Amino acid sequence: MRIGWLWRALPGAALMFVLSGCALEGEQSVFSPVGPLASEQLGLFMYTWYLSIPVFLLVAGVMVYVLVRYRRRRGDDSIPGQTHGNVLLEVVWTTIPVIIVILIAVPTVRSIFRTQSFVEAGDGDVAVTVTGYQWWWKFDYPQYGITTANELHVPVGARLVLDLESGDVLHAFWAPRLGGKVDLIPNQDNQLWLQANEPGVYYGQCAELCLGAHAYMRFRIVVEEQEAFERWVASFQQPVVQTVSSDPLFEQGRALFAQKGCIGCHALDNYAEGVSYGQPQFPDLTNFGLRNTVGAGVLDATLDNVAQWIMDPQSVKPGNRMPTLWAADDPNREQEARAIAAYLLSLGTQQRAADAGNTLAMGALGGN
Amino acid sequence: MAASTNVAKPALFVRPTWQTGLLSWLTTIDHKKLGILYITSSFLFLALASIEAFIMRLQLMRPGQDLVSPDAFNQLFTMHGVSMVFLAIMPLGIGFANYFVPLMIGARDLAFPRLNAFGYWVYAFGGLMIYTSFFLGGAPDIGWTGYAPNTTLSANPGLGVDFYMFGLFISGIGTTATGMNLIVTIINMRAPGMTFMRMPVFVWMMLITSFMIIFAFPPLTVAFLQVILDRTFGTLFYVPSAGALPILWQHLFWIFGHPEVYIIILPAFGLISEMIPTFSRKPLFGYPVMILASILIAFMGFAVWSHHMFTTGLGPVVNTAFSLTSFIIGIPTGVKIFNWLGTLWGGSIRFTTPLMYSLAFIITFTLGGITGIMVAMPTFDAQVHDTYFVVAHFHYAMGGGALLTFLGGVHYWFPKITGKMIDERMGKVAFWFIVIGFHTIFFPQHLAGLQGMPRRIQTYPAGIGLELWNFMSTFGTFIMGIGLVIFAYNLVKAFRSGAPAGNDPWDGRTLEWATSSPPPYYDFAVQPVVNSLDAFWAYKHPETLHVEAIDPRKAGKEYDAHGVHIPGQSWYPILGSLAIIVGSYGLIYDNLVLAIVSGVFFIFTVFGWAFEGVGGHHLHPELEGERA
Repeated sequence: MRIGWLWRALPGAALMFVLSGCALEGEQSVFSPVGPLASEQLGLFMYTWYLSIPVFLLVAGVMVYVLVRYRRRRGDDSIPGQTHGNVLLEVVWTTIPVIIVILIAVPTVRSIFRTQSFVEAGDGDVAVTVTGYQWWWKFDYPQYGITTANELHVPVGARLVLDLESGDVLHAFWAPRLGGKVDLIPNQDNQLWLQANEPGVYYGQCAELCLGAHAYMRFRIVVEEQEAFERWVASFQQPVVQTVSSDPLFEQGRALFAQKGCIGCHALDNYAEGVSYGQPQFPDLTNFGLRNTVGAGVLDATLDNVAQWIMDPQSVKPGNRMPTLWAADDPNREQEARAIAAYLLSLGTQQRAADAGNTLAMGALGGN
Repeated sequence: MAASTNVAKPALFVRPTWQTGLLSWLTTIDHKKLGILYITSSFLFLALASIEAFIMRLQLMRPGQDLVSPDAFNQLFTMHGVSMVFLAIMPLGIGFANYFVPLMIGARDLAFPRLNAFGYWVYAFGGLMIYTSFFLGGAPDIGWTGYAPNTTLSANPGLGVDFYMFGLFISGIGTTATGMNLIVTIINMRAPGMTFMRMPVFVWMMLITSFMIIFAFPPLTVAFLQVILDRTFGTLFYVPSAGALPILWQHLFWIFGHPEVYIIILPAFGLISEMIPTFSRKPLFGYPVMILASILIAFMGFAVWSHHMFTTGLGPVVNTAFSLTSFIIGIPTGVKIFNWLGTLWGGSIRFTTPLMYSLAFIITFTLGGITGIMVAMPTFDAQVHDTYFVVAHFHYAMGGGALLTFLGGVHYWFPKITGKMIDERMGKVAFWFIVIGFHTIFFPQHLAGLQGMPRRIQTYPAGIGLELWNFMSTFGTFIMGIGLVIFAYNLVKAFRSGAPAGNDPWDGRTLEWATSSPPPYYDFAVQPVVNSLDAFWAYKHPETLHVEAIDPRKAGKEYDAHGVHIPGQSWYPILGSLAIIVGSYGLIYDNLVLAIVSGVFFIFTVFGWAFEGVGGHHLHPELEGERA
């Protein structure tokens, strides 16, 4: 029944959507650009789109005309003139595509050099080394000496100059609202620059098959005002353990984090004390409490979601490589996972308290 | 002595002579039987690929479903792509060529009939071998493009990759052999009087396609071999930890892969260029221009491969170069579309099912061409590369282009192959389901891609605008599925109880319509002689082409003074192919004994093949009847 309704509405809806690009806006849509790169890419598409409409109408129109005009009438067995060709026509309809191609090629070539030339990160740019791993993203900020995962922070209007590398197989870094993608390839340094002129949290996703949980290799780009960005950077210099509450849950979580072996893989950098745990090829959890999502953009980072992710990672992101730490019949697993989640969500949150009212800092701790 | 038999040569196997039954098919070297085998095998793989696509669409119908696991999903799209490209659509073109190129040029067979049989068997066994991986630990999960380093042992320890590499490596051998065979045949075995510029366009397209095959497959074969060596013998061509540059695979793959697109589409261009003139009762408009345009497309096809790699960081200069070469291909393609319209213009158009598929092709392929120009712009391609926009684009080009045409081709040539007509009314019903279903599936995918849906993802989140497009797309698979079922039923019905077709049901223009339906195993009772383009039409309506009427069925008796040579059947092609396959299983499972035994047996079959000689007999169809 529902399908029937949908089906009747579809042709009209499709036509309407196609005719007005604005209806195609979305969190991950090419039609919702927020920066110069994405705008230029969309502009070129729209230009070609308008050029292609008359081409299609010409072909379809001629075809319909011919089919109506020259269809064989019943009983008509006459043989039409055996025309083999016409040089003038051939010249004309070779010239038409040549002109169209030139009309498209000129702006294309100009835009290639504008958008794809190598750039040096200068003053006011934010340089980030992006390393793709199955199935998450590592972001190193060499200018600030900090490392984070799956969530890239950048000041509004600043140019983000990305050095793209891969730790295993191919990946592609794609944040459609900021700009097109570039691949991450082992043993090859690729570059991509992006820029966002509006604050917000923008979606991104791996766009090159990297096996297994490829569909779940997502990320966010947090575009914020300069001061907020600076506070975010500074928060990495704070001592690592932050408890905003005297709730024993946090202490229990902190103990479990070491006891369950999380620290064997996940980096938790104590920049203030110059101590670093974990290994670089696993997602860095420093200041995890400031993140919007868990599992590389798969779930919002609420206490429930983070606890679910820790307790049973495969239920959230099938195929990922985080071990399941509890037997399914372990009576403590929910409580313990919740404690670890609470601990992780507290990391970096003295910043959150300072930012009270900042819409980008999510109330991940809920009632706490 | 009417029939002269070759002197018996020492051979392990007695030369088979079965004319009917299973063994006649296994040992056949008849291009028509092999053509039928190719076409039916293609449809078998097409059915499997369609089922895979259907499961994928069910999984993607709504966001966040888990009908199939990510791993299984990766296997499904890999096998769908592999099947469609290598095992269904390309062999369908080759199958048609097998059956009809000799008939259209007035020959009795391909130049190397046993090589032709070998080509078919390695293709069929290679394809089946890849499919056995589903039951042997999992199919390949690397996409049909098999990018390195997803194929390294460390990233992908399962056997699926080995089956992909060996299976396609082997079937590639067959394709290359068939390509050479077609070139030699078309150049050397045309009927007296059939100059190159009197050759049917389908034959021209197969000649061009065959040249593309023999130039495009070697780089792919090299790439397959590198990965096989990596995985089986521990070389390091694509192992990043040893410093390898995995981007090399993409270059080797696409310098094959883009020509492959034209290897798939040019036979369809040829078929369109036969069907539209036939049902407009007019010659193809601008025949020399059409051929020149195709040669240009084929030539340029080797100069565009990096447009599949615009996002791999090749830099603005390389991207500009490959963007411009790709645009240039749009020009001859546009010219071809206009010439098909020019053929229809002023004609006497008969709305048969094959014509309707041709018209659907023109519209669909034009749309695919427009999006092709769009993705040839590196700036914009950065957004849509590896998204559903590209998925939609290449399905419009290869599915809507090649596959729809071949379905039309089945309607067009079925009467010749079987001597029976396909029901036109039911054919048109199937046509509408298939075409409407096709566009319902693939048009929304453009929009899904533009709204941020990457390809090859097992699921997608709700709330970013992808629900409607994916639902429509899945809904379309039901429509198209119904169409394909009707199509298949219609074929079966026609096969069992179709109306007799006669020799020339469509008022055809080319020589295949001059012989009986189905043709005798020696194709033509008398060597045809040609004095014009559209030779059979020229005989039927000489005044319209201002030529003398030569009956291609009677004219060339003097060429058959020594009788028609019918080459002997052989066991060696199928046995050699089997040896290769068994040896591959040996290598995949690290069973060197099996591999070596198979290798030795393969060498034996090669010698057997060589010493067996062409064999066969001569016959004089007119004097002696069928069997001499």
